[in-house]
Amino acid sequence: MRKAQSAFALLQGTGALIALLLCLAALAGAQEHPAAGQDSMPAAGMFAVSPPKIISLEDTPNDGGTSIDITWGLSSSEANAPGSVVEYIILRAAEEGGEFDTVGTVLAGTTMYSDAGLEPNRPYWYKVAAVGLGSEAVSAPSGPGYGRMQWFNRDLRSVLVLTVLICALIIISIVYARRKSELMYLRRLPVFDAIDEAIGRATEMGKKVLYIMGQLDVDEPQTVASMNILARVADRTATYGSTLDIPCVWPMAMSMARETVKESYLRAGKPDEYSEDDIYYMTTDQFGYVAGVDGIMMRDRPAANFYLGAFYAESLIFAETGYTTGAIQIAGTAEVDQLPFFVVACDYTLIGEELYAAGASLSGDPVQIGSIRGQDIAKAVFIGVIIVGVILKLMGIDALDAWLAIG
Amino acid sequence: MRLKIPLAIIFVMGIFTIVTHFIPAQPVAELNQTFRNWYIGIISFFIFLGTVNLARSNAEKVRTRARDWKYSIILIIALAVMLIAGFYKGRSSMEEGTPFMYLYFNVQYPLESTMYSLLAFFITSAAFRAFRARNKEAVLLLVAAVLVMLGRVPVGAAIWDGFPDVTEWIMSFPNAAAKRGIRLGIDLGLISMALRMILGIERSYMQ
Repeated sequence: MRKAQSAFALLQGTGALIALLLCLAALAGAQEHPAAGQDSMPAAGMFAVSPPKIISLEDTPNDGGTSIDITWGLSSSEANAPGSVVEYIILRAAEEGGEFDTVGTVLAGTTMYSDAGLEPNRPYWYKVAAVGLGSEAVSAPSGPGYGRMQWFNRDLRSVLVLTVLICALIIISIVYARRKSELMYLRRLPVFDAIDEAIGRATEMGKKVLYIMGQLDVDEPQTVASMNILARVADRTATYGSTLDIPCVWPMAMSMARETVKESYLRAGKPDEYSEDDIYYMTTDQFGYVAGVDGIMMRDRPAANFYLGAFYAESLIFAETGYTTGAIQIAGTAEVDQLPFFVVACDYTLIGEELYAAGASLSGDPVQIGSIRGQDIAKAVFIGVIIVGVILKLMGIDALDAWLAIG
Repeated sequence: MRLKIPLAIIFVMGIFTIVTHFIPAQPVAELNQTFRNWYIGIISFFIFLGTVNLARSNAEKVRTRARDWKYSIILIIALAVMLIAGFYKGRSSMEEGTPFMYLYFNVQYPLESTMYSLLAFFITSAAFRAFRARNKEAVLLLVAAVLVMLGRVPVGAAIWDGFPDVTEWIMSFPNAAAKRGIRLGIDLGLISMALRMILGIERSYMQ
């Protein structure tokens, strides 16, 4: 009995001690955050969090003036007791004393937010609310802040300098080629001779030539490069009198291919042999297109297959199917990951930049070849920059690295 | 004139597109966005034209009993069924449970997956040809490929726990260096071709 009484007394004492500690803690909390923020709203049984303080409202650099960077100091509650603040809410008003609306939420520990989608040169006021477990404290309003429109993205200055340099080298080479056309020489790639050979073989066998322009539309440079080569291929098919079959993924590419081939047949003096029905839309669905093209290969067995443009997972399916049909296969893409597949399964492959240079090279025009010469000079310059950059980096100098960095 | 107007349009739009990359100012960005919206509108119209072209050419095949005309019947029926299923629920036809989505998930999707799965077999046959040690380069390719494959599969690490590290080194250094070299050439080639087209030097597609 006595034991029970003493145990009860102990419990009472412990309970009183806990209550006392809680009261002290509550008092300490109240002293720590006196008038923490005008909007502090502690929930019953919870400690109030203190409001953050907005440090700056600055225009986001290098944009169209549609964004403001809001920076604030962490709530002292979070600084003293990590975990007491869950998130920060960013509020915005479009006029002084106006109603604030929530524009964003960031996790605790964050001290910056970029508010986008604003009107340039218009004033905005901001508040930041620290949200704790069951309580919220809002900073005093800060403002006005303005988004200012910039006319040049300074982050891209190194890109601009290099772009101007490359363009200048190419244009100088073009001008030089106009003056000294007899000096223009470009090593002829075996693939260019193979184009004639493949079309000639198809003509002899009485089979068609299949031309695939890749998976992307005419806004993709590879498709445009493919169109330049198509013009030369169509010249040959028109001359030799073979059938050119072009199933298209995109209707706009189909329309452009029709015009290109039509022009080639006109140039060759055989407009009556041009057939619009040989250039047709198949589907924009990647593997639906694969099924359709593979069907053509297996049923019609074209003697020459051209895969020139942007290719993805379908590259090897095309190339291997074509290989099994025994066609001469000429491929070219700037998709680096697909190049090994074409190299393995095709007879000739235009690797990366060769695809873009093919149209100019096939034309034999010294001025166009001059542009490729300029491109090669630019390549030499870049190799030099890379070597210098590596040496500087090894010496612990980051100047070039920092200048080339974007953002 | 027939040639000069398109060339002038290409020149102006080409220069404008380059300039917009460096100018973030809102009026320029908005104009750029307007041009992009035009492009999207034109594409939508072309998709319609393409579908009409597809239906017309296959109908012609059926009419003239051209070779494989029976496949064209299947295509026309499939086109009509998907079209009706798409219009049946209007804008909500892309929501789950609609006839359109039922056909997509139960017909089109499995068919696409089947085509994609063929890649596994084609990779095997292509690898068999590529990895034959015919010369020094092919031997190098074969050794690198074997090392990378062993580093990528669990059995490789079970044989020797250094295989994943060797694979990582091959992919991060020789492979990445070669790819970057090709990419550098591609980007320079792209700039060169773009300049030729903007300046009207390369116009084989419109002569």
